[in-house]
Amino acid sequence: MTSSPFPRGKVSIVGATTFGQGRAPGFQSSDLAAIAARDALAQAGLTPADVDGLFFCHPTDTFGGLSFAQYLGIHPTITDNSRVGGSAFQAYVEQATFLLDAGLIDVALIAFGNNQATATGKLATTIYPMTYEAPYKPINPVSSYALAAARHMHQYGTTQEQLGEVALAARSWAQMNPEAFKRDPLDMETYMASRTVSSPLKVLDCCLVTDGAAAIVLTRTDRARDLIARPVAVLGAASATTHREISWMEDLTVTAAKDSGARAYAAAGVTASDIDVVQVYDAFTINTILFLEDLGFCPKGEGGRFVEGGAIAPGGRLPVNTNGGGLSCCHPGMYGLFTLVEAIRQLRGECGTRQVTDPHLAIAHGNGGVLSSQATVILGSPETI
Amino acid sequence: MMAEVQPDIEYQAHLAEGHFMIQRGIASGVHHFYPRAIEPGTGRALEWVEASGKGKVHSVTVISRKPPLEPYNVVLVDLAEGPRMMSRVDGIDPAAIRIGMAVTARIVEEDERQFVVFVPAEEA
Repeated sequence: MTSSPFPRGKVSIVGATTFGQGRAPGFQSSDLAAIAARDALAQAGLTPADVDGLFFCHPTDTFGGLSFAQYLGIHPTITDNSRVGGSAFQAYVEQATFLLDAGLIDVALIAFGNNQATATGKLATTIYPMTYEAPYKPINPVSSYALAAARHMHQYGTTQEQLGEVALAARSWAQMNPEAFKRDPLDMETYMASRTVSSPLKVLDCCLVTDGAAAIVLTRTDRARDLIARPVAVLGAASATTHREISWMEDLTVTAAKDSGARAYAAAGVTASDIDVVQVYDAFTINTILFLEDLGFCPKGEGGRFVEGGAIAPGGRLPVNTNGGGLSCCHPGMYGLFTLVEAIRQLRGECGTRQVTDPHLAIAHGNGGVLSSQATVILGSPETI
Repeated sequence: MMAEVQPDIEYQAHLAEGHFMIQRGIASGVHHFYPRAIEPGTGRALEWVEASGKGKVHSVTVISRKPPLEPYNVVLVDLAEGPRMMSRVDGIDPAAIRIGMAVTARIVEEDERQFVVFVPAEEA
């Protein structure tokens, strides 16, 4: 294993929460994020005034980080509202860890909120159609993911039912999560009969459009131990970008998660077989299959067969997206932070009936654009440091 | 000093004259699409060359619409010269488009913009 520059275990998470998943009428996006931020900070006895590193995404505000600093009434040393898509939050963990370890900041707040479902009922976006794709009228993002799914089916024999298995597993987990938005039962017959949006993807292959907010708080591990009993350690984190539009993704069946995952594992000194609980950004069912392959849980091309027979559902061989994922829990436009919160909650043992037995290692993987930017975080219990 | 390429304007001007032009690295010989001011990777100069128009479908999706609107297809095409591009295949039932199918380029105009679509190669 090559040596990693990542400061393994030097930074820990001392607060993590969600707010307003599903529908949150009466709130602006920043209100939702502020409430989640307040609650995440409070878990460690902190307030907004303690934050000197602010990492924030607003669904539409180009200057979102500045606006949120103003909202919180703070003057951060580091303010970041970079936009690499839904993987931004994993990238924030990576960057905040280096900044904390170097002593440039002492308390990092990573926050997100979106009221899109209540405000417009549609995915809130500021994305411009690409000149050389627009004439063909792809329905993005779904058509781009559909092109990847079609290619995976062609090369590896992945089936519609295997995509359906991902949707069914997510729903089964959601049924055990009181915060999840879609909790009604789902069976394969209903999945197969559901409307095709952009073949091969059906409406039940697509993530939800909901409101929601989340926040996490990071500080150096030595201080974290003074704040709470069992901080969650950041063991590894890494990012990678391969393209923007699907037309320029070199291999539609291999994502940059292969690269970000390998570097995150190297930083943490663990492999996929060590991981107890998996959270991946499931914007579409094909994502879960691609990321299970690229993060090393099964060989390339085997993702469809891997998820068969309820293997990633409750009681299966690998617990994946235990909150119900973007498919059934919530998807407020950018879902990456919610994978982190669920991983943290599992490691803290807060997950009620969906709690995985005594997990010590969790992976939270973020995806941005159309499989364009990938970022992976590996988290551990205090014992793993 | 060499004049800088104005990628989109020049690409559109070629299409308007009936030519589907792509770019090639002068030093590398590698073909590229979409039009750029510099070569990806090397940052070096590019020249315009006419595409053969031959390609193969790399992937396909069919987008459903509420009847009476017909479904339509969006494809990725691997050009014979190497680059990949988004397009659509005309002159065929969208459900019959297959990955690997040979296709040939056509220039069409819609919404006051010219762009490249493909038709099945045997009808070329």
